[in-house]
Amino acid sequence: MNYFKILAFETSCDDTSVSVIDSNYRVFSNCISSQTKHEEFGGVVPELASRLHLQNITWLTQLALEKAGTDLVGIDAVAVSINPGLIGSLLVGVSFAKGLAYAINKPVIAVNHILGHLYAIKLDYPHLEPPYLALIVSGGHTELVYFSSRTEFEIIGRTRDDAAGEAFDKGAKLLNLGYPGGPVIDRLARTGDPAFVAFPRGLDRRESNDFSFSGLKTSIRNYLSDKDGSFISEHLQDIAASLQAAIVDILIKKTLRYARQQRIERIVVAGGVSANSYLRERMQKDAERTGIELFLPALQYCMDNAAMIGAAAIEKYRLGDFAGLDLNAFSTKGLRLL
Amino acid sequence: MQGIFIFMEIEIILKTKKDTQRLAESIARQVKTGDVIALYGELGAGKTFFAQAFCRALGVEEYVSSPSFVIMNEYAGKFPVAHLDLYRLAAEEEIYELGLEDIMEQRVTIIEWPEIAQNILPLQTIHIHFKLDGDIRIVKLIRT
Repeated sequence: MNYFKILAFETSCDDTSVSVIDSNYRVFSNCISSQTKHEEFGGVVPELASRLHLQNITWLTQLALEKAGTDLVGIDAVAVSINPGLIGSLLVGVSFAKGLAYAINKPVIAVNHILGHLYAIKLDYPHLEPPYLALIVSGGHTELVYFSSRTEFEIIGRTRDDAAGEAFDKGAKLLNLGYPGGPVIDRLARTGDPAFVAFPRGLDRRESNDFSFSGLKTSIRNYLSDKDGSFISEHLQDIAASLQAAIVDILIKKTLRYARQQRIERIVVAGGVSANSYLRERMQKDAERTGIELFLPALQYCMDNAAMIGAAAIEKYRLGDFAGLDLNAFSTKGLRLL
Repeated sequence: MQGIFIFMEIEIILKTKKDTQRLAESIARQVKTGDVIALYGELGAGKTFFAQAFCRALGVEEYVSSPSFVIMNEYAGKFPVAHLDLYRLAAEEEIYELGLEDIMEQRVTIIEWPEIAQNILPLQTIHIHFKLDGDIRIVKLIRT
């Protein structure tokens, strides 16, 4: 019971990922379909079709075990993300994990995908313990969660419409910068003036800890409507920096405001958008100024991956919180499990 | 009116968010399980805002956030509600994989970016086109 290894699966959206991790949060392998070349499929980046998860999951499992230098005999439990996400995709992971667990007679651990993002921080800081405030920002999520203990948490705020990562993607789309938008805006913004355009900060003046990013799209559209092409290309860096600032400023402001109000001394940022360099730098600077300790996951654990699902499963394994073989996936949002 | 083929097309000007809410509420009062609302328009045209107001009018209490990333969110209101965004789907085949036909049969379904699903939408779909013109929104409502 003290030392164990977990084989973890993540199939909630576009990527199929399989990882082997041990009870000390040591990652032996963390294979992700879009990053891994496979001879037969030529490194296909899976689209939304669950069929592609189905094509990827077997060889990725073999690869993850191989890289970890183990086989199924060395696995003590199987973990899988069960919500939220695209239902067909989730079901591939859940069904595969259940079948495999049944075959090797080991327990299945059900993991909430958002909780997985939160536990990604344990892969770099295995000894980090609550209480802390966590900001989870990705293409599909924007949530502010307070962890008072290992098993107790409260959702403090969330987006009322678009997720922060979605705001990057859709902003980039309006600027004809392609998909995904986060990395390209991050890069352009480095040489731009974030005060060039005053894009609105959603729900800024309200006391609420919720976020809103959908008004930003309309405001970008209106801003661009009377500008000609040469003005836009000349000031592309400035516009990108202004857009990025509109998203990031409000994330930082609301997170730090709540931390100060509640005298919370530690903040964790997780999810795909936590890879944004402006968010990382600004958050670090502002947190330091207020005497708050900031924890950021390594870039490789910001995006969707199975190692974080395994990390979240460790605690549940210790608690003996196993799922039955009637476990099902569901698409609904929210943090229900722990 | 059952059994009578009705084709309706009207244009409405929405000046404020309140106007959008009123439109959403009046449509919500008329729908039942199996009905489909298809929302068209560019980014920022107001589709998600309409969907939020529509869901609230159907008694959904949760926040209705954008389904762009996960493709579909489900809610429990007066009827089961499915809110979809097909923007990221590349092929019609993927819609079948999603099980859209079954979803639509058992719920009130709102679909953003429905262009790719034209062959699958039921005949009596309510199509709503949003167009942003300065501060006002011009909405074309087509019921086939």
